Amino acid sequence: MSLRGAGYIVGAWEHPTRKATDKSVTLLHAECAKGALDDAGLTKDDVDAYFCAGDAPGLGPMSMIDYMGLKVRHMDSTDVGGSSYQVAVGHAMQAIATGRANVCLITLAGRPRSEGMATGTAPRAGNPAQAEMQFEYPYGPATANMYAMCAMRHMHEYGTTSEQLAWIKVAASHHAQHNPHAMLRDVVTVEDVVNSPMVASPLHRLDCCVISDGGGALIVTRPEIARSLNRPRVKVIGVGESAKNPSAGDVDLVYSAARFSGPPAWEMSGIKPTDIKYASIYDSFTITVLMQLEDLGFCAKGEGGKFVMDGNLISGVGKLPFNTDGGGLCSNHPANRGGITKIIEAVRQLRGEAHPAVQVPNCDLAIAHGTGGSLGTRHVGSTVILERE
Amino acid sequence: MAIAAQRKIPFVGTPDTNPETRPFFDAAAQGKLVLPRCKDTGKFIWFPRGISPFTLGEVEWAEVSGKGKVYTYSVMERANPPYCIAYVELAEGPKMMTNIVDIDFKDVKIGMDVKLKFIQTENDGPSMPFFTPA
Repeated sequence: MSLRGAGYIVGAWEHPTRKATDKSVTLLHAECAKGALDDAGLTKDDVDAYFCAGDAPGLGPMSMIDYMGLKVRHMDSTDVGGSSYQVAVGHAMQAIATGRANVCLITLAGRPRSEGMATGTAPRAGNPAQAEMQFEYPYGPATANMYAMCAMRHMHEYGTTSEQLAWIKVAASHHAQHNPHAMLRDVVTVEDVVNSPMVASPLHRLDCCVISDGGGALIVTRPEIARSLNRPRVKVIGVGESAKNPSAGDVDLVYSAARFSGPPAWEMSGIKPTDIKYASIYDSFTITVLMQLEDLGFCAKGEGGKFVMDGNLISGVGKLPFNTDGGGLCSNHPANRGGITKIIEAVRQLRGEAHPAVQVPNCDLAIAHGTGGSLGTRHVGSTVILERE
Repeated sequence: MAIAAQRKIPFVGTPDTNPETRPFFDAAAQGKLVLPRCKDTGKFIWFPRGISPFTLGEVEWAEVSGKGKVYTYSVMERANPPYCIAYVELAEGPKMMTNIVDIDFKDVKIGMDVKLKFIQTENDGPSMPFFTPA
């Protein structure tokens, strides 16, 4: 049984806040839920399935189900970091297809900015029973230097340059200037990026995403419900999820889990990368985007540097408009997890509701890809392909 | 740039947290790098564990030469003092996470030959393997 078309995204809402000093994480989740339900034209009582990940306080989904007063018959709290929300869309499709759910609510929220979290540069000590922890934590694996090691190796094998990576930030900044909620709205140049302070070589400060508070939510329903609602219909036509890790020492850092999550999503969708009009690509760092573009088949492995140059990712300029909200690089990376905002901007594009300055004409096919965890060690890639019906 | 001061090396838990990895820590205390090897495939395994992820079969512990080459690295400039994280490809095959130490970081290169150096972790923690230019 193919999941193609089993579910539609009928509600998508991004919290406008980027700094929520006066709100709790649970309240942000609930406000996002309300926003997405209002967007869909549904109410809380219509929800019969709830999906969240590790950013939701409490044991799995239990606290948030209580806090929001939900009554659900299906729940899923698969936590794979920033890619959890693409995974949740896929799992919602399965729940709908098997008759276990009609209206699926997915929420994300967090406030790392208010909490003063050094997301990218401070190694985080985890549970030492997580067996790799004792053999990695002593070496100071923060987020930035893990992704930086991928960039360093990619440069070594393929001649990728800092200037090419910078083009990704430049493109994001061209889009962010039109987003009133974006944290960074100034248009930057390649020179600005490569002259910004080095964080973890070869990644500069402007190669890194923002640290922001906020959140987002999605509503996925079965087709009959989508047709009954007064909103443009966004059909989910492809999903894929996969994990990649250091493979007990067979480390290869020039590709990501997108190499494995992409093919099943493409196959289910029946379309190919050249059909895509708009791409939301996880952008924790510039190198994340470059590797995922290669791994999803938008260009050959090693050609990502050339592909992203000269504004090729800028809406109205290049061949593949990406992250037209400014993405994590300029707009928002709520809870240090950018997966859901990738889907939300893809939905905006397919509905024709993106900012007019960045709206892709006749946008009927889009992709939203997430990466959660560390590209330099273990991570999950998750792919969602969407069609405007 | 000169050689940066050596940062304090943190450690979480104790060598008994995952008791089956004791041979690694006991050898490290003697200045030797001992890793598990899959009995079925003969392949060395990083990070150490008590079962083979290649076959879910048994492992045996064996000393490796400590010779390797830098596969990739990154200097964390935002840390004080800065440090150089890396994956080193051991002569015996696996690539392991480590730090390159006792070197001006601008001299670190992918492919450079490195050799073992053990450093004790803070608070009387176990010694861990690091690498310096060969």
